[in-house]
Amino acid sequence: MRERILIVGATSDMGQAFARRCALRGAELILAARNAEGLKRLASDLRVRVGGTVHTVAFDALNMEEHANFYRDLPVRPDGVICFVGLLGEAEECQQSFEAARRVLDTNFTGVVSVLDRAAEEFEKRGHGWIVGVSSVAGDRGRAPRYHYGSAKAGLNAYLSGLRQRLWRAGVLVMNVKPGYCRTKMVAGWELPGAMTSEPDEVAGAILLAIERRQETLYVRWMWRWIMTVIRLLPEPLFKRLKI
Amino acid sequence: MQKQRLADWGNYPVVEAEAHSFERTEELASVLSEPGEIIAHGNGRSYGDASLQKRVVMTRKFASFLAFDEATGELTCEAGVLLAEILEALVPRGWFLPVSPGTKFVTVGGAVAADIHGKNHHVEGSFGAHVVAMEVMRADGTVVRCSREEQPSFFALTVGGMGLSGIILRVTLRMKRIESAWMVQETIRASRLSGLMDAFESDAAWTYSVAWVDTLAGGDALGRGVLMRGEHAKEHEVMDRARWGGARGGSLELPFAFPSGVLNRGTMKAFNTLYYYRNRQEVRTSLVDYESFFYPLDRIGHWNRMYGKKGFMQYQFVLPRAAGREAVEAILRKIQSSGLGSFLAVLKLFGKQDSFISFPMEGYTLALDFPVSFEVFSLMKELDAMVADWGGRLYMAKDARMDAAMFSRTYPHADDFREAVAVLNDGPTSFASLLSNRLGIT
Repeated sequence: MRERILIVGATSDMGQAFARRCALRGAELILAARNAEGLKRLASDLRVRVGGTVHTVAFDALNMEEHANFYRDLPVRPDGVICFVGLLGEAEECQQSFEAARRVLDTNFTGVVSVLDRAAEEFEKRGHGWIVGVSSVAGDRGRAPRYHYGSAKAGLNAYLSGLRQRLWRAGVLVMNVKPGYCRTKMVAGWELPGAMTSEPDEVAGAILLAIERRQETLYVRWMWRWIMTVIRLLPEPLFKRLKI
Repeated sequence: MQKQRLADWGNYPVVEAEAHSFERTEELASVLSEPGEIIAHGNGRSYGDASLQKRVVMTRKFASFLAFDEATGELTCEAGVLLAEILEALVPRGWFLPVSPGTKFVTVGGAVAADIHGKNHHVEGSFGAHVVAMEVMRADGTVVRCSREEQPSFFALTVGGMGLSGIILRVTLRMKRIESAWMVQETIRASRLSGLMDAFESDAAWTYSVAWVDTLAGGDALGRGVLMRGEHAKEHEVMDRARWGGARGGSLELPFAFPSGVLNRGTMKAFNTLYYYRNRQEVRTSLVDYESFFYPLDRIGHWNRMYGKKGFMQYQFVLPRAAGREAVEAILRKIQSSGLGSFLAVLKLFGKQDSFISFPMEGYTLALDFPVSFEVFSLMKELDAMVADWGGRLYMAKDARMDAAMFSRTYPHADDFREAVAVLNDGPTSFASLLSNRLGIT
């Protein structure tokens, strides 16, 4: 049977690359995003490329009251759900304005939880499916440059690990993806070290492979697992003095 | 906007460039509203400086498929789409690119701008011949729709025009029908140049043909090589193989630049000898997947790093058929006696070509790779004179060093092209690359 995949945050660079790869494999797609024009363009691109079935649904991570309806009213029931929603935010703005900080916290954490919870409910009852949250290495330890983003992603990490404990008995895969640096709009203009930086399509391919292997945590380039292990192990009195 | 070090595939030259990406045409128009020289940069697979400038427009994010007509095979897509993406989407549905270069990692926009050619040039012409229509953004932000019927002179200026008429936005091209993803390949080993040439002359019936030449072999073996020719396999010819699923081989990635000098005369000679004798029989027929037939080097990610940090230069010329074998032979002898071997040397017989400023003409084309060095520059200078004397010319998409005089002398429409580009670029923003500046076009 053709797999049906719900992609939340589909117009992000990683979301688009993931959608393309799924479509080429013959999956039926439900694309959800806030950017209506981008969504329409992506869907028509995929229909031309593959000639497959692509649905689009409007989704705003911050409009949480609507999430239950959004999920209930999907055009088809998904076999797998992946959420690419994320917002980096400006560090200084977050420090100075709680409005800005809340936008970062809600986009990366609360708004993701509120939609994945609904999927979890359905998948647990049904006894199969997969849920992939795209988190970040920034969630492995809070650092001065962007701790609002980092703490929201840390929350997402804890949420996904809890969800996994709950759902594995039902045979549902819960995966946490921590891409590390990736060349996307989010980091446009940054100077990134080439060997540690992945391309959106590379992330998409790695996620699909990891789903096949039923892997639970995915660091996209191998060095990130080791870098983050070291960063997590540094004692706090030392860590606070470091500029990393 | 971001400032970055930018180079094309040869890693020579490297420039500091202000790079602008866009996803919507309005964003592009606003980039073009800033005055100055600017040029489109696709996937950076031209070899020299054709897509380099202090300010460049990155087209890779403008890459949607817009329409595909299953009845006619007409595909319309945005210019940043890679040929690889087209193959990925349409081969399983029974369609193939009308013209395929040696790598699938070029954008559609770049393929039009350089009017690229492939192993089927003698039968099916260059890429531009299969373009039905285009939309191009001019420097003032207006969008021109052009085809052979609509704005034909602008169309002719854009096909092979190296991006100097504007930013190619959307392209409609005609794909060709195939019955499988496989190729029937015939490999012929020839112990000297005349053997290769004979094989080419007898090729007319084959859709695809190309030869690899051992540039280090001298004496009687001068110009020895291996000719490969092929056809798309018919459905009944693929036998037990999966009709659309080529068995993909592994891929390899060169993670960093080799120290300069790894590729020296000794290692190249060893490679060439091995490659030549890889085919035990003189003639061999086999069934191979289309990726190994068309894109053997794409299997090695960043193979350009093999040449070290200094980079390498391609030298590709074409000589009119009338100049004949002796011209090719004289040039090979010149290279062989210089002692500067070329690792990859590819020979091909072009068919007729009717275009304004494109590279191909009926005759022999030879593409050579050399690591960048002082000696190579002087060798190429000498080769320039030979090529020009025989009425040939160099391929701009692979060039990083030809001078303006050579360009004017060898491209018959050079002056008209220069004038037309000047007329188009009379505003505060103009399209110009380091290549066009060097060749005196802009």
